[in-house]
Amino acid sequence: MATHRDVYRPSWADELGRFDDADAPVLAIGLGRSYGDSCLNDGGYLIDITAMDHVMSFDAASGRIRCAAGVSLATILRVAVPQGWFLPVTPGTKFVTIAGAISNDVHGKNHHCAGTIGCHVTQFELLRSNGTRLICSPEQNPDWYAATIGGLGLTGVIVWVEIQLKKILSSKIAVDTITFRSLNEFLHITRESEQAGFDYTVAWIDCFSGRDVRGIFYCGKHADTGELVAKGANGTGPKVPFAFPEFVLNRGTIKAFNTVYYALKAGKKRTQYVDYDPFFYPLDAVREWNLIYGRRGLMQYQCLVPEAASETFQEILRAISDSGEGSFLGVIKKFGNVTSPGMMSFPRPGLTLALDFPFRGERTLRLLDHLDRIVLNVQGALYPAKDARMSRSMFEVSYPNLERFRAFVDPHLSSGFWRRVQVEDER
Amino acid sequence: MTQRIVVLGATSKIAQEIARLAAADRKELLLVGRRPERLAAVAGDLVARGAATVDCVSTDLSDIASHPALVDEVLAKMPNFDTVLLAYGTLSEQARAEDSAEYALSELTTNFTSAVSLLTRLSTVLMQRRTGCIVVITSVAGDRARRSNYIYGTAKGALALFTQGLRTKLLSAGVRVLTIKPGPVATPMTANLPGSRKFANPEAVARTIYREIEHGNSDILYVPHYWRWVMMAIRHIPESIAKKLKF
Repeated sequence: MATHRDVYRPSWADELGRFDDADAPVLAIGLGRSYGDSCLNDGGYLIDITAMDHVMSFDAASGRIRCAAGVSLATILRVAVPQGWFLPVTPGTKFVTIAGAISNDVHGKNHHCAGTIGCHVTQFELLRSNGTRLICSPEQNPDWYAATIGGLGLTGVIVWVEIQLKKILSSKIAVDTITFRSLNEFLHITRESEQAGFDYTVAWIDCFSGRDVRGIFYCGKHADTGELVAKGANGTGPKVPFAFPEFVLNRGTIKAFNTVYYALKAGKKRTQYVDYDPFFYPLDAVREWNLIYGRRGLMQYQCLVPEAASETFQEILRAISDSGEGSFLGVIKKFGNVTSPGMMSFPRPGLTLALDFPFRGERTLRLLDHLDRIVLNVQGALYPAKDARMSRSMFEVSYPNLERFRAFVDPHLSSGFWRRVQVEDER
Repeated sequence: MTQRIVVLGATSKIAQEIARLAAADRKELLLVGRRPERLAAVAGDLVARGAATVDCVSTDLSDIASHPALVDEVLAKMPNFDTVLLAYGTLSEQARAEDSAEYALSELTTNFTSAVSLLTRLSTVLMQRRTGCIVVITSVAGDRARRSNYIYGTAKGALALFTQGLRTKLLSAGVRVLTIKPGPVATPMTANLPGSRKFANPEAVARTIYREIEHGNSDILYVPHYWRWVMMAIRHIPESIAKKLKF
C-alpha cells in the first residue's frame, strides 16, 4: 500500500508557491487515473491539484480554452460541446485533469490524424520548486515545453494550460463496426477507414481466438448535422459496490465474455449515430469498475511495436495464450506519424496494444517480463502512464531522449515511477 | 425560478458549485467575497460556463459597518436581483473559542450577526418588490450543540432560527426563505477535519440545493437528505444523556 506523508490541496493559484524547503520529494497529482505508480509518491508529499478547477477563459469563436491545472476533461466537454467545440485528443476516460493529460501526453482514437494532446497545447505555466514561473509554448521556453509534455509531472508543477479545441457540428459520432479475423485484415481495414476520412479508429480484440486475432473494429467521425449537447456519465452513475472475489474473473469467464462480446457485435455493419460519451468513455458509466478485478486489482500492459514488426503481435498473443493468463479487454490501435513536441512522449508510428490482466502475483509479472523481451526485440516501448513494473533498462532503451530529459527534472519532484526506473534491474 | 443571483461568499466551495449550475442555465450572477483575485477566478470560470453576466464586489462580509455601502453597491451593480444566496462562514476552532472570548465573538459576528445585518437589509428590498428567494446555508451543527464544535453550532443554530423568523415575516410578501442544513461536505473549510475524505461531495450537494431553489418548495433542506433523520434522532436525545456525550 502506497503511503505518502501529507497531501496539500490548493484551490487557488495564489496558494501555490515555491516548495524547495520540502524535506522529502513532492509530486503534483490529478485524478489519479494512471494505472501505475507515476501518480504515487511513497514517503513524499502530494500536491492534489483537483480543487484548482477553474476554467480561466474560453473563446467560443477561436476554440481556445485556458484552464487551471485541475480542470477535468469532463468539464472542458461540458463547457465546449454546446458551443461546437471538442477535445482535440481524448483518452478513454474524461475523468482526468488537463495537467495530468499533458504530463502523460495522452493519445486517443484519432492519433493517426491528430497526434497526442501535446500537439494541441498552445501554452502553459510551469512552477519550479524554487518559485520560478515559466510560460511555456512552442515559441517561449520551447525546451521546457517539450520536456513537460509527457514529462510525468517531474519538470515542475503545471499551474494552468491553454489548448486549442477542435470544431464540431454535432455531438453525435457516426460509427461503423466491422469484424476482422486476422491482423492483416485489421491493418487493411485501418488503412481503408483512414482513407475514408474516419477521425477515430480503434479495435477490440479477443485474446482467446486461437492462432490469429479476431476482433471488432470501430471507426467513427463527428456527425455533420445534429444537436450539440454535452451529456453523458457525470460520475453519479452505477458503482461497483465492493471488490469482487478473485474467482469471478478467471480464464473461463474472461473467455466467455470475449466470445459473447464478439458474437453480440459481429452482426452490426451499418453506420450508427451514438453520443460521444459512450463512444469515447464506455467505462466512465460504471464507477470504480476496477473493483471487478478483486482486491489485488489489475495490471495494464500497453506496448507499442513498429508496424514493420506487426508479426510480433502474433508472438505476444501466443505468449499470453501459452501463459494461461487472460486479458479481459484487449485494445489495438494503429498510431500515425504526427510527432508530439514532448521529448518523453510514448506514441510513435506503429501499432499499440493495451491489455488488462487480473493481477495474480508472480505469474502475471513473469508473463509481462516475457512480453517486455518481445517488445524490446523490435525496438518497441511501454507507456509509463499504464506501467507499474517495467525495468530500468526497458525504460532507458525505449525512451531515447531520457538523458536529455533528466536535465529538466526538478530536484524536489519525484514519483514512485521515477524512483523505480532509477534502480538497477533485479530480474 | 431565479434569474439574477447575489452570491454572498462566492469563493466558498458550495457557493461556487451552485453558481456553476446557475451559469450553465445562463443566469446573471453578482459575486461578493473578500479576495479580489479569487473572485476574478470564479467570475472567469462562471463566464466560461455560460453565465449571462458576472460581476464582482470585493469586501469583508464580516465587517458590519460596511454593510450599508455594500448594499448600495449591490443595488448599483444588480438592481433587479431576485435571489440572495448566503454561503459564507468559517469553521470555528472550538478550543480557541473557549480560551478567547474575543475570538468566540468574532466567530459569532462572521457566522451569525453579520448575516443578520445583510439579510435584514437585502430582505427589505425583496419585500418591497414582493418577489424573490433568500437561500441561507447554515449547518446540521446548529441543530444541537456538541462538545466539539458548539461555538460554530451556536452561530449556525442562531442563523437557522433567524431564517425561520424571516420566513414567517416574508411569507405574506411572497418572498421565499430557504434554510439549507448541510451535513459535513468535503470542502477546503473541512479539509483538516478527521475523516474529511468521506464527507459529502460538494458538487452533489450543490445539485440538490440548486434543484430545490429552482423547482422545490421546501422551507428547510437537509443535504444529503438522510441528515434530516440523523438530526431528528440527535435532537431527541434527552439532555441528561446528551450533556455527557463527547462528540
